[in-house]
Amino acid sequence: MPLILDHVSQIYNEGTKESVRALDDVSLIIPEGQFIGIIGHTGSGKSTLVQHLNGLMLPKKGSVFYNGKDISDKDFSRKELRQHVGLVFQYPEHQLFETDVFADVCFGPKNMGLSKKETELAAFEALRMVHFPEDLYYASVFELSGGQKRRAAIAGVLAMKPDFLVLDEPTAGLDPVGRLEILGMVSELHKKSGLTIILVSHSMEDVATYVERVIVMDRGRVAYDDTPREVFSHAEELKEMGLGVPESTEIAAMLRARGFDVDPKVITEKEAADSIYAALKARR
Amino acid sequence: MIRDITIGQYYQTDSVMHRLDPRVKLLGTLLFIVALFMYKNPAGYIIAIVFLFSVIKLSGVPVKFITRGLKGILMILMITVLINLFLTPGTAIVTLGKVSITYEGVGMAFTMMLRLIMLIMGSSIVTLTTTPNNLTDGLEKGLGFLKVFHVPVGDVAMMMSIALRFIPILMEETDRIMKAQLARGADFESGNLVKKAKSLVPVLVPLFVSAFRRAGDLAMAMEARCYRGGDGRTKMKPLIYKRRDIIAYIILFLFVIVSVWVGRWSVISGFFNDLYLRFLLN
Ligand SMILES: Nc1ncnc2c1ncn2[C@@H]1O[C@H](COP(=O)(O)OP(=O)(O)OP(=O)(O)O)[C@@H](O)[C@H]1O
Ligand SMILES: [Mg+2]
Repeated sequence: MPLILDHVSQIYNEGTKESVRALDDVSLIIPEGQFIGIIGHTGSGKSTLVQHLNGLMLPKKGSVFYNGKDISDKDFSRKELRQHVGLVFQYPEHQLFETDVFADVCFGPKNMGLSKKETELAAFEALRMVHFPEDLYYASVFELSGGQKRRAAIAGVLAMKPDFLVLDEPTAGLDPVGRLEILGMVSELHKKSGLTIILVSHSMEDVATYVERVIVMDRGRVAYDDTPREVFSHAEELKEMGLGVPESTEIAAMLRARGFDVDPKVITEKEAADSIYAALKARR
Repeated sequence: MIRDITIGQYYQTDSVMHRLDPRVKLLGTLLFIVALFMYKNPAGYIIAIVFLFSVIKLSGVPVKFITRGLKGILMILMITVLINLFLTPGTAIVTLGKVSITYEGVGMAFTMMLRLIMLIMGSSIVTLTTTPNNLTDGLEKGLGFLKVFHVPVGDVAMMMSIALRFIPILMEETDRIMKAQLARGADFESGNLVKKAKSLVPVLVPLFVSAFRRAGDLAMAMEARCYRGGDGRTKMKPLIYKRRDIIAYIILFLFVIVSVWVGRWSVISGFFNDLYLRFLLN
């Protein structure tokens, strides 16, 4: 079932001096099966936007529809929505609270009212999906490394078997290896389990490599909503929004300016390397 | 929710009240509260109300913000009124079973309500016009004489300012953790009291963990900057009385002396008592 945002606006501290228009007339359709990236300068409303997807925030104006029903309706079960749309917050490890990892992952499915056996099965499956080291299933959550905690927290959401997985900057504060591992795992979830993924990210490279659709937020508005290749062809406009293009695209543009016949539309490292190789070969 | 509590919230604007020395405001609140409990007739309260509203006007804080603090004590207010209404001995007006409302009870309940409301409004003005840091500075300097009795005033003041600084941070953190657990299907609203209390465990554990982590970080940062206790620590902006502070003290003392004198003057008290009895008997 697709998620539909229809002219959604959100204002913090409405009616006071510090009122902030965090979302301004945002309309989006999020069908099942896509891998979507959301980028935007800090404060552009990304975190606010994703909280509307599972009903943690309700729009001040406009509506959000799931399954054809308005999530602001009184008789709409937002608890059920939260099972279908799993949201992993920025620094999700700060939500861990149980005595051991396994018990913490069980929290979600238990809240969904599953039996003990179903809960434990779901938790095992989720921990396997995130490649959590098996010898640490019963370790205390406070003894884990940063990356392991992050995995445990993501498993905690996956255990509810959502159809949509929304991740708010899942790689923040991780080292390069940890980043790649988490991103690889998310990409695998999309490919193998067919999950719809919505990834909020600050990294143009990550977005260029993994997603099929990019939503660019700028001061609460949707500036672009297109394929990565199309979005990253607007280098100038992106710079104005405090964003950039992937390094590969930038290098290709620089080489082109110096007279090499490199394709300016490359966005990933591999494409850039291939295109530069081809250009050099043609020169010979 | 938690955000509605006015005490401890600063309202940013520029006014005479904001610029006053915090010691003046602190002593002022203390004297105002003491005075409130000394009046014996309505004349005293009338002077106090006029004084209170003049101060509110001077502070430039919208009345809305000041009365918001009253929401928090609504329950206490109601209980106080009911207890006074029913449990004050005297001449009964209405009798309900075993308890009765008395003439004295009505008067007492009304007086207590007035006192509590004015007390909260009076103290709200101070916290609304003084930054928490300024407030602790005022307390530190104002209570400095306690050092003679080996009270570590400087350290206590530092602890207070840190605690105050952390309130908004922890509130934000609570909000964030609650949302994260809601996203995992937590339910903080339904069920009986025991269930509700239990449902807070997933919020409280991460909150304590994060509070301890922050405390550790802060201690480290303070040590790295050679903090070694409050003694002999000088201030970047030392508190010095200005002319307006002296004037404020004079107005304050005048108010207290006049209102208490009028509020306890037996001639006026007798007159109002008479009026009250006649009003009730008719
Ligand atoms: N609880 C809140 N109260 C008031 N204003 C808020 C609150 N949360 C966010 N804002 C404001 O709303 C705007 C959008 O914030 P949001 O957190 O959605 O940005 P973001 O794109 O996620 O930023 P970042 O990349 O830094 O995470 C910002 O201007 C922010 O200051
Ligand atoms: Mg954010």
